[in-house]
Amino acid sequence: MTDVSRLPRTSAPTNGAGAIVGLYRRRRLRNQIVIGLSFGATAIGLGWLAIILGTLLWEGASGLSLKVFTEMTPPPGADGGLLNPIVGSVALTGLAICIGTPIGILAGTYMAEYGRFSPITQVVRFINDILLSAPSIVVGLFIYEVMVAPMGHFSGYAGAVALAVLVIPVVVRTTEDMLSLVPKELREAASALGMPRAFVIQRVCYRAARAGIITGVLLAVARISGETAPLLFTALNNQFFGSSLNAPTASLPVVIFQFALSPYHDWQKLAWTGALIITMAVLALSITARALASSRKAS
Amino acid sequence: MVDVALQGAAASQPPAVSRARVLTRLRVIDTAFHHITRAAAVGVLVVLGGVILSLASGALPALREFGFGFVTEQRWNPVTEKFGALAPIYGTVVTSFIAMAIAVPLGLLITLFLTELCPMWLRRPIGIAIELLAGIPSIIYGIWGLFVFAPFLQRTLQPALIDLFGPIPILSDVFAGPPYGIGMLTAGLILAIMVLPFITSVSRDVFEAVPPVLKEAAYGLGCTTFEVVRYVVLPYTRVGVIGGVMLGLGRALGETMAVTFVIGNAHKISSSVLAPGTTISATIANEFTEAVGDLYTSALIALGLILFVITFIVLAAARYMLLRIERRIG
Repeated sequence: MTDVSRLPRTSAPTNGAGAIVGLYRRRRLRNQIVIGLSFGATAIGLGWLAIILGTLLWEGASGLSLKVFTEMTPPPGADGGLLNPIVGSVALTGLAICIGTPIGILAGTYMAEYGRFSPITQVVRFINDILLSAPSIVVGLFIYEVMVAPMGHFSGYAGAVALAVLVIPVVVRTTEDMLSLVPKELREAASALGMPRAFVIQRVCYRAARAGIITGVLLAVARISGETAPLLFTALNNQFFGSSLNAPTASLPVVIFQFALSPYHDWQKLAWTGALIITMAVLALSITARALASSRKAS
Repeated sequence: MVDVALQGAAASQPPAVSRARVLTRLRVIDTAFHHITRAAAVGVLVVLGGVILSLASGALPALREFGFGFVTEQRWNPVTEKFGALAPIYGTVVTSFIAMAIAVPLGLLITLFLTELCPMWLRRPIGIAIELLAGIPSIIYGIWGLFVFAPFLQRTLQPALIDLFGPIPILSDVFAGPPYGIGMLTAGLILAIMVLPFITSVSRDVFEAVPPVLKEAAYGLGCTTFEVVRYVVLPYTRVGVIGGVMLGLGRALGETMAVTFVIGNAHKISSSVLAPGTTISATIANEFTEAVGDLYTSALIALGLILFVITFIVLAAARYMLLRIERRIG
């Protein structure tokens, strides 16, 4: 493009034609190189996904059996499964969703409905987007400082709260986006019937945006069920079932972390199996969420 | 609405009284809901404030003890309780730099493919597949990096790099052996895969927002695909692409588990990227539960504070740039 202007215009015709042909060749060559590179880059990206998933299936599927879901984590050298970390992960994730979702939905509601143009909304949106990508290990430190240290012991509750802190930004973001997509005519029609604002939101807007909000919650579940860093010094780990969530609680990611870094072969094998279970669950969740979101868009 | 609500109530009372009562109740509910939602929104700000305050108060003992020297001191010795954060900061910066140096060109090339070259029906599946890379939990990258990727690099790439750059003066230090497999280069490569989907998805969004007329005009002048992207699309979307890159950088700086597996956890600054090192997040993940003594714990929390401040600044800059391009396009 820019090279065209630099062409010698006053040179002899044969010379100029030669330069133009040369320039054309060079431009075409450069274009082909870049196109080739971009095919290559896409192949690398897709290949990498395939290699990771392939390795997971290869290493994890061989250890997959019913025992994995029915037996506790074993001591090194013994037989066992992943029952207590699986139950622990489900409990922590469930509790975190129960804490984080209502707060997230309410905050998103304020931002999209009551305070759409208020300065609070601008600030919260900015901060929320930052929290969305903030390092999760810092959240672990935060909960350690405000819950574990004052209580004096590690607990499943602390782990669940740490995960809830990660849930909130995801839910806030999707709720606000989805409520903003609800056509204003719906709100106006409801208001014209004499409905107070709160009822308009609860009975009309929430219903219209339900699929989108559920997508957000699913994405949040997918995000936290693989999180390890915030659990390391909140929920810690447990070789057995804890007496309650008030005690240290095992979770799948932390057990994978511990077992994978151990020198014992059968622990490492269990870690691979756990990794396979977690990845499949997370990918299934995020694909479901995507399908929900796109079916909504299509309708 | 009031009448609908009234239908539910028994008609025993005179209508006027209950009508007023129902109206009051509705008004109370409405006001309450307004305040509850606002409290939740403010709650998000409180979380941020809580993170900063709790980290600052936890870091105070260490910062008071070591002062500004904390960030310039390389020694990290739990036995003598002398702590300096330079090695983890150095490791964080180097691994993130390697990650961005690989992920940015790769991500832009994939975006070029997805927006200009790929047939329509393939765009969605390939786009989703690339974004699935972001959905894989980071611990999976860690275990895969440790058992599969690191041994592979140890056998292939690392000896090749050592041989290739051995005779060249400065580069021979950057790629000095032996090939451990784990180390800063491995961590950087894994981070590159992890941030790739963030860069791709943001730049795809902004690439697609370029008005078709601009691109068509350039094609009409006889531009090649590369020239259209280089001279029309990229200048138009520059701010957005930089925002996406910063978003990826924020992720890379704070990533914990994947790095912890493959970095090697050595508290030293080494000129070679093949050597083991450590990052801020890996240090915290490895040592926090084993830290004995208030000063040790406090030093680790101070590391967390530094990490949070750095990522906050990077992410805030990213958001600011993305806001700017959103305003221009929207």
